[in-house]
Amino acid sequence: MDNSYRTGGLGAGGRTRLPMRAKLATTVGGAAKTVSRLAGRDGSVIGGIVGLRLEPDLVSLLSQGRHIVLVTGTNGKTTTTRLIGAALTALGQEIASNVYGANMEAGLASALSSAPDAPLAVLETDEKYIPAMIKATRPRVVVLLNLSRDQMDRAAEIWLLARRWREALASAPGCRVVANADDPLVAWAAGAAREVTWVAAGQRWREDSWCCPHCGAHLHREGDDWSCRECSNRRPPVTWVLAGENVIDPSGRMSPIGLALPGRANRSNAVVAMAVAESFGVAPLAALQGLRQVTSVAGRYTQVQRNGCDVRLLLAKNPAGWLEALDVLEPPPAPVLLAVNAQGPDGRDTSWLWDVDYRRLRGRMVFVGGERKLDLAVRLEADEVAFQMVDSLDEAIGLSRAPHLEVLANYTAFQQYRAVVGRTE
Amino acid sequence: MNALRLVWIYPDLLSTYGDRGNVLVLERRARLRGLPVEIVEVNSDQRVPRDGHIYVMGGGEDLPQTLAARRLNADGGVHEAVGRGAVLFAVCAGYQMLGVEFGGADNTAVQGLGLLDMRSGRGERRAVGEIVADVDPALNVPRLTGFENHQGVTRLGPQAKPLSRTTVGIGNGDGTEGAYAGRVLGTYLHGPALVRNPGLADLLLFWAIGQLPPLHPEAEQLAHRLRDERLAAVTPSA
Repeated sequence: MDNSYRTGGLGAGGRTRLPMRAKLATTVGGAAKTVSRLAGRDGSVIGGIVGLRLEPDLVSLLSQGRHIVLVTGTNGKTTTTRLIGAALTALGQEIASNVYGANMEAGLASALSSAPDAPLAVLETDEKYIPAMIKATRPRVVVLLNLSRDQMDRAAEIWLLARRWREALASAPGCRVVANADDPLVAWAAGAAREVTWVAAGQRWREDSWCCPHCGAHLHREGDDWSCRECSNRRPPVTWVLAGENVIDPSGRMSPIGLALPGRANRSNAVVAMAVAESFGVAPLAALQGLRQVTSVAGRYTQVQRNGCDVRLLLAKNPAGWLEALDVLEPPPAPVLLAVNAQGPDGRDTSWLWDVDYRRLRGRMVFVGGERKLDLAVRLEADEVAFQMVDSLDEAIGLSRAPHLEVLANYTAFQQYRAVVGRTE
Repeated sequence: MNALRLVWIYPDLLSTYGDRGNVLVLERRARLRGLPVEIVEVNSDQRVPRDGHIYVMGGGEDLPQTLAARRLNADGGVHEAVGRGAVLFAVCAGYQMLGVEFGGADNTAVQGLGLLDMRSGRGERRAVGEIVADVDPALNVPRLTGFENHQGVTRLGPQAKPLSRTTVGIGNGDGTEGAYAGRVLGTYLHGPALVRNPGLADLLLFWAIGQLPPLHPEAEQLAHRLRDERLAAVTPSA
C-alpha cells in the first residue's frame, strides 16, 4: 500500500505558498461566486472564470502540494467523481471536488479554490481539456472511463481525442492511470502511461471501437476480450473486474457491490472508484462502504413525488449513455417519458438519435417530449415503437395514470424537468 | 422483383453519427410500399457483395476514411456494382471518398474511389450547422434540409453535376452542395440525411427499382412535420 499522501508534506503549508496574485484571484473569484449564488445561479463556474482572468496559471498554482485525481471519459464522469470522493472518505481528509459537473478549467479552479486546505482533490475533467489539465495539475491519478461519439458538432473526433490523451500521458511520467481495459480506444490511450491499473469495467456500447486504434484493422472481439489480428494491440491483463453484481479485487476476492445507484454503468464506475481508492491505501471493503452511501448524483436517479406519481429522472446525453439508461428503466408496465433538446450543451445536431436502438420499448407506454420531440417521434416511428407526444412533464404524468413514471432526458431537457419538480439536492 | 438488397458499407469504419438512419429510412419506405427488403451490413474485413441494389456509405473520421478508401479500392466490389447499374448513396466522409482524391489526416491527398469526377481538400474552417439546399430541378426532389459537420472543400469536374445549390450552409464550398453522376450520389448532409429528405430517399429507390407506388399520406406525416419545422427554424422567411 502506498500511504505517501499522509507524509507528502501537505496541509496548510501548501496553501500559504500561493503567490499574491493567485491569492487575490481566488479571493475575487470567491466573491464573484457568492454574488452569482445570491443572483440565483449555480455559482460553480463564475468564481473560476473571474479567478483565471486574474491569474491564468491558477489551476496549476492551486494544485501545488495536493494529491490530484482527474476523471475523464465520455460518460460517467460526474458519477465516478462523486463515487471516488465517497470511497476516499475512509481517509478522513477533506477533498476538493467539482461534484456538480463543471468540468472545464474554470470549474476546476473553482473547486480547488473553494477548498483551499483540502490535501486531496478529485476533479471531473472534460475530455478535451485533459491534456492541458494533466500539465497544469500534475495529477497523482488519471482515470479514463470510456470514449464514444458525443455531441459531434462541438466535440473533437474520438480517434483524435484518444491520440491526444495518449500523447499527454506519455509525457506525464509521475502519474498512475486507472483505465477501462474493455474499451479499446481507452486502452490504447492509457497504454502510453508508465503505470496503469487495468480495470475490466465492461463496454456496453461498441459502435466506436470495432477497429484497432493503432493500425485500423477490424478487431477480433469475443465476449469482453479483444485483439488485433494485424498488430500486437490487445486487451491488457486486468487486476480489477466487474463481474455482474460483484467486484473481484486484485487479491481475487469477490464482493457484492450493493450500490444504491442503479445500473451496470454505475457498478462499472464503482469498480473504477475502488481501484482509485486502493492507490490511496483504502481497502476494498472500506471503499465499498463509502460507495453504498451515494443515492443520487447532481439530481440524477432522483425519485420525486409529483401529482401522485413517483417520477424518476435519468440523464443520458449520447448513444452510449442512452443504451445504458434504457437498461436501467423499470420493466413494463412502468410508462416512460423520453425527452430531447438540441441546445448548445446538448449538441445542436440530433443525428445521434439514429444510433440508439429503441425497439425494446415496443409494447410499453411511451411519451415523447422536449424541444426536439419531432426528431424523436420520427426515430421511434422507424423502430415501430408506439408513442404519444407531450408538451410537459405534467401532461405525461396525467396521461399515464400510473403510480410510477420513468423519465429519460438529455442535458437541458433534464435540467428543465428538474426545475419543474424542484431541486432535491 | 426479389428482395431489395440494401448494402451498408463498412459500418465499423464509416458510421459516425446516426448513419444507420439512411438504411432504416430506405428500408421503411420500401416496406411501406410492400417491397421485401434485405439489409446486408458489410464490415471492413468482409468482401463487398456485388449483387446489391442500393449501396450506402456513411461518415467517418480522417483515419477510418483513409482506411475505408484503401480497402474499397482493393476489394473492387463497389466499382463492380456501380458498373452494372447499382445505386450508390454516400454522405460526408463517404461522399468525399467517391471522388478522385480527398484530403486525409494532415491534409495529405488520398486516392478516392474515382466514382465521381471531383476532388476534395481541407478548407480553412469547419462547416458545422444546419444546411438548406435546392436540388437540381432535373431530379425533381424538394429542397434539402440537414446538418453538415465537415472541413472539406469539394470541386466538381465536368463529369459530375452538383446535386443542389445552398441557401443556408457551406456544402461543397462554392455555393453548390453534393454531386451526382448516373446513379452515384453524394452529399455533405451528414448522418441520417434521408430522414428529413424522404424525396431524396424515393429518388434512390426509384433509381433502383423503377416507378414507386405512392405512400399513404399518414405514413409520412411525421417526417414532413419534422422537415417543415427544421426548414422554418433556419429559413424564417420561407
